[in-house]
Amino acid sequence: MTDRSPQEAHALPSRISLLIIGGGPAGLAAAVAAWDAGCHDLLIVERDDELGGILNQCIHNGFGLHRFKEELTGPEYAGRYIEMVRERGIPYLCSAMVLEINMRREVTLISPETGLSQIRAGAVILAMGCRERPRGALGTPGTRCAGIMTTGTAQRLTNLEGYLPGRRVVILGSGDIGLIMARRMTFEGAKVLACVEIMPYSSGLTRNVVQCLQDFNIPLMLNHTVIDIHGRERLEGVTIAAVNPDTRQPLPETAQRIDCDTLLLSVGLIPENELSRMAGVPLSPGTRGPIVDQSLATEVPGIFACGNVLHVHDLVDEVSEESARAGRAAVEWLARMKRPAAAAETVTVPVREGRGVRGLVPQYLQLTDRASFSPDETWPITFRPDDVYRGGVVLIRADGKLIQRRKTRIMTPGEMVVERLKAADLPAGPIRELTVEVEGVPQHA
Amino acid sequence: MPERDIICIGCPMGCSLNVTVENGEVRSVRGNLCNRGVRYAHDEVTAPKRMVTSLIRVGDQGPPLSVRTDKPIDKALIFPCLDAIRQARVNLPVRRGDVVIERVLGTDVNIIATRDLG
Amino acid sequence: MKQQQKIVWSGADERKRQSKPFDGEKVYDACIIGGGVIGCAIARELSRWQLSLGLLEMRSDVSEGTSKANSAIIHAGYDAKPGSEKARTNVAGNQLFEPLCRELHVPFRRNTSLVVAFSSDGLAGLRELKSRGEINGVDGLSILSQAELRRREPAIGPSAAGALLAETGGICSPYELTIALAAHAVLNGLDLQLNCKVGQIRHDGRWFHLQTSRGPVRCQVLINAAGVYADTIHNQLSRQPIEITPRRGEYWLLDKSVSDAFSATIFQLPTAMGKGILVSPTVDGTMLLGPTAEDIDDKDDVRTTAQRLDEILRVAAKTWPDLPRGQFITSFAGLRAHARQNDFILGEVADCPGLINAAGIESPGLTAAPAIGIELARLAARRLNAPRRSQWQPAWQPPQPFRLMETEQRARAVRDNPAWGRIICRCEQVTEAEIRAAINRPVGAATVDGIKRRTRAGMGRCQASFCTPRVLAILSEELGVSRLELTKFGNGSRILTGRIGETVRSHEPPAADAAAGGLEVSHD
Repeated sequence: MTDRSPQEAHALPSRISLLIIGGGPAGLAAAVAAWDAGCHDLLIVERDDELGGILNQCIHNGFGLHRFKEELTGPEYAGRYIEMVRERGIPYLCSAMVLEINMRREVTLISPETGLSQIRAGAVILAMGCRERPRGALGTPGTRCAGIMTTGTAQRLTNLEGYLPGRRVVILGSGDIGLIMARRMTFEGAKVLACVEIMPYSSGLTRNVVQCLQDFNIPLMLNHTVIDIHGRERLEGVTIAAVNPDTRQPLPETAQRIDCDTLLLSVGLIPENELSRMAGVPLSPGTRGPIVDQSLATEVPGIFACGNVLHVHDLVDEVSEESARAGRAAVEWLARMKRPAAAAETVTVPVREGRGVRGLVPQYLQLTDRASFSPDETWPITFRPDDVYRGGVVLIRADGKLIQRRKTRIMTPGEMVVERLKAADLPAGPIRELTVEVEGVPQHA
Repeated sequence: MPERDIICIGCPMGCSLNVTVENGEVRSVRGNLCNRGVRYAHDEVTAPKRMVTSLIRVGDQGPPLSVRTDKPIDKALIFPCLDAIRQARVNLPVRRGDVVIERVLGTDVNIIATRDLG
Repeated sequence: MKQQQKIVWSGADERKRQSKPFDGEKVYDACIIGGGVIGCAIARELSRWQLSLGLLEMRSDVSEGTSKANSAIIHAGYDAKPGSEKARTNVAGNQLFEPLCRELHVPFRRNTSLVVAFSSDGLAGLRELKSRGEINGVDGLSILSQAELRRREPAIGPSAAGALLAETGGICSPYELTIALAAHAVLNGLDLQLNCKVGQIRHDGRWFHLQTSRGPVRCQVLINAAGVYADTIHNQLSRQPIEITPRRGEYWLLDKSVSDAFSATIFQLPTAMGKGILVSPTVDGTMLLGPTAEDIDDKDDVRTTAQRLDEILRVAAKTWPDLPRGQFITSFAGLRAHARQNDFILGEVADCPGLINAAGIESPGLTAAPAIGIELARLAARRLNAPRRSQWQPAWQPPQPFRLMETEQRARAVRDNPAWGRIICRCEQVTEAEIRAAINRPVGAATVDGIKRRTRAGMGRCQASFCTPRVLAILSEELGVSRLELTKFGNGSRILTGRIGETVRSHEPPAADAAAGGLEVSHD
């Protein structure tokens, strides 16, 4: 916050071409792409005190191999994008929260610096990211003592504020943040006793299982969960048990207590779509994010979505790529709106989840005049398999007819699959629907 | 010839590598999708290396400085390296990429800042 | 009013005071043990008289026991046995609730209660309840047909056959009420002592001598509002022992996105199969399911159990078949202070003059609290021959919550003070200004849970994941203590264990050859 007195605070414009909600990796990449596509009347709104989003607390390496061809840490990756934003002079407002948004893209936001503002945006990009599932959502029984928090909260406390949340740690869930925090806590002298995962596979990247758990002899207990929490004031221990592999119900006879002072939860990420709902944007139950077409347009005209608010990604590089597409698409949409006569008729083709496919994005294609696609245009189609598949094949069909087939080495639910659908491969003539399916033997079915 | 199955940590793909080793030397690597896998397999069999990322406390309040090795360091040196980082003192301001410790523990690895601070 | 504005309430000073032993002996005319809704209601009423008044609470905040974890229902009064203390104080308390909450700026809503019969056999039971209620003096009771019930509550389960409508049933925020009662009493002279656990008590015929964890206390009238611990207080002073059993009740709380499922509080008509589970909206827009009932031995054991949490869902499904399981935000448990005689124990103890009991206060204790407060305060004041105070300060008015403000009000608030523009809890839209105000007020917050109950920061769907670091920073700044000393709810409930870069680590080398074996994970 600046030391400017509130009377002098500058006001925001009442109209803007493009408003980007969220200044994390998605919002930054969307802003840069939109600027480069010619839209210079835009604003990034970020609720934290600085740009960069969750990357700022991800001090580990593993970012940027695709995007920058080198391995960076989270703050470095964010720093590169913040630099691009600053070089271009893209306006942004930190410590600012969007309070309301409607279908007409009228937005109310507040910040200590600018007070309360109401802005009418030509287009909006939703880039609010995701949040972690808390303990309450799991209904894990036991006491409600101190020492239980999500891994993301622990990561913020440790990496951005310099405080340690505990010394003897159990991690429930094996999402990437959980795995990374196992190593981080170990580096800070804590003893990480176990990483407990209810599924038969880690929900994080395999490399993180190797370099964060195995390197430090931290046991990964698959098919296990926490069934009780002990401690009146500070956490004193948890009881864990194996689960029945079919029902995922705990087996009481396998219960064992682990004494610990900290339980970190890494049990899933939830796209943060409160504002999307407020704007009337329809959501997909599969991704818990907005339903979008291949240009990342939601079903509300002029509202686009990208990054973890759309669907939870594993790799920030993919967030950047997706968000840049959203940024460009928003600019194109703004341009189209200026000359409505030119708007071509479009056909909506649903893309359906076939066997083995979960969390598919986009949920439909918007096809205009076929000639308007360049022959080498491709559209990413992303999903997660419902199980681990070795040697599985990804099939894309148009009205039952196979149009694309790709054999994979291994697919796991912990790693998003990205298919690239070539516009040129779409059959001529009308299409009713596309389906995406996985062919292969699920490892745990 | 002895074989080893390892997971490449070179990138998020996490390729499963099958490595044949003879007299402590890598004879062949299978399963890699890129050259990084060959390099990783070689290092992992002969002298495993890891990137190290950590924090340096700066003053009593305020955020710590995040740092990393500028290249992977011997796996056996992870904890000594962390100790060196813990004991390091930095003068603000620091810029992303600034070398905070030169040639840590006498290796050819530098510790660099990963954010701007101050 | 003018006087109130002069006083600067400093959370830092108060925290310092509350964590120190007393300077010598504390002497009061009247002293209350227990800072729950009952103790605080009595304290507030007693502060109308000219006397020196103390309240001893063993935890770090008021409303840390039963008063923070209950159904939050303001009962109409049809349930209690005619002629019982429960029936009398319930009906009287219900009538007092609305003006009291208005005076104290505490949320209250008369959302009505429905007792639903889930078979036509139950209809007779509804009529019986209605006539019992009428004997107790409850107004606004009527029987709803199945069709009427379904029209009012379309989400109700298919087997619902009819219901008793109680128009005077309501809901409130029990912890906000308790805090407001305590704050109002403090403004009128109450000496509130936190972290003050009472040990041995002796009566010398004129004075009660109490040993507490913060030092000795002496008083002429001792009021026992110690909740589940009321028997350990009473039994030190009387030869007619009482027995209070902690009866644990577990609850589920659902996100406000499902707040429109029911508008009334839905009780199930008790059957041979059990008392049933209630489904109720809360004044905060969330939805509450519970409670179970389980008698336990341990007076502090508020754990939840898988078995009981399942039971709630199973039984509640009768009321709410479409109960959305993805919308849980938390589960919790509270203890009811159940007396063996199954009624409230109110009044002066026969063989110990000066000892006044408010014991065995289980449901409908929250509803009865205003009536019990008036009744027992009068009794205590009479005993001390205390005159009424000529001046009584009005209640503390906390700032209006940002989440309830209109756009114009928000714009004005942030213009006056930029801290209204910084959202600390994003789920409940709580601002920095509100958090600071919750610390620096009479009976201010000194813990993370204290902030939560005064502002709702951390009560929402992310369950404090986002706001915890920010709340810790503000608490540390306002209280003038290191974040390492901050707790969730006092005593040993510390949230942070150290700083980075200072931990002595074990010089364990990394796993020598871990990656060599490939992925080795236990699969059993």
